[in-house]
Amino acid sequence: MRLSPDEMIFWQHGFLKLNGTIVFTWGLMFVLAVGAKLVTRNLSTDLKRSRWQNLLEIVVTGIEKQIKDVGLRHPKKYIGFLGTLFLFIAIASLCTVIPGYEPPTGSLSTTAALALCVLVAVPFFGVEEQGLAGYLRSYAEPTIIMLPFNIISELSRTLALAVRLFGNMMSGTMILAILLTITPFIFPIAMSALGLLTGMVQAYIFSILAAVYIAAATRGRESTPEPTRDIKA
Amino acid sequence: MDNMTLIAIASIVTAGLTIALGSIGPALGEGRAVATALSSLAQQPDAATTITRTLFVGLAMIESIAIYCFVVSMILIFANPFWNHLIAQAPGK
Repeated sequence: MRLSPDEMIFWQHGFLKLNGTIVFTWGLMFVLAVGAKLVTRNLSTDLKRSRWQNLLEIVVTGIEKQIKDVGLRHPKKYIGFLGTLFLFIAIASLCTVIPGYEPPTGSLSTTAALALCVLVAVPFFGVEEQGLAGYLRSYAEPTIIMLPFNIISELSRTLALAVRLFGNMMSGTMILAILLTITPFIFPIAMSALGLLTGMVQAYIFSILAAVYIAAATRGRESTPEPTRDIKA
Repeated sequence: MDNMTLIAIASIVTAGLTIALGSIGPALGEGRAVATALSSLAQQPDAATTITRTLFVGLAMIESIAIYCFVVSMILIFANPFWNHLIAQAPGK
């Protein structure tokens, strides 16, 4: 019983292995990059536009609105990173309808890499916004005693991001594999639909949590809630 | 009972108990979270998007506790280092 796509070896030469995770990640990168390039070749600003451009605009403006709702003031600065996170994890989960495909996020390597990207991005955006001294000072808020706890919370948030995504994706594929050996006819389809739903939710959760961490880092650790903003939204 | 039997029994029992006990807490917590979200949605339908988004984020955080227990259980069943060590040590027994 395969625990992750790491164990599907496509090609091996010495210690260089081309396993399922790498091949499927490359496939996803190819699809996303080439698809985006093809769609954005002839962009038009009038009312007559291709349906793919429409789709991309819906996705991009949706992500931008979500980022702004979280509290990041200039979403265009962050939409490259956060949008890519969301699209990668979402498409990785959507492609499970293709037979023979295993989502690369079902391997702890991929999810750990994504979580490490968030771990690096949060101080990067924080320093960019507040300066190095301002960002480092935010670790000592509200008192200097909280310094080790703030550092530990950074690391544990990263670990939680990685394990949450890995656990959800791995459990989806494993439930499907187990069910296929027990009741191979109708029930696995329902479970695979549930797997698609949790994949989308986990993609959204991952990117929203990354946005919240970046917002906390760029705003400083005094969290001033803005309760009246969303009532009229 | 020799080592292999002991490790096998301990792994199997622990795997079952981990996921069984580990899903009680998150299930209760998620139930409370959704109930509170529904009642606040009934009180303030205008804030529906904010409430829904916060609900989903909260549910994901609660769910991750159950996911940790599931991962431990899967490791015990499929990637058990003690079992692999014993299996590697005893070929042809």
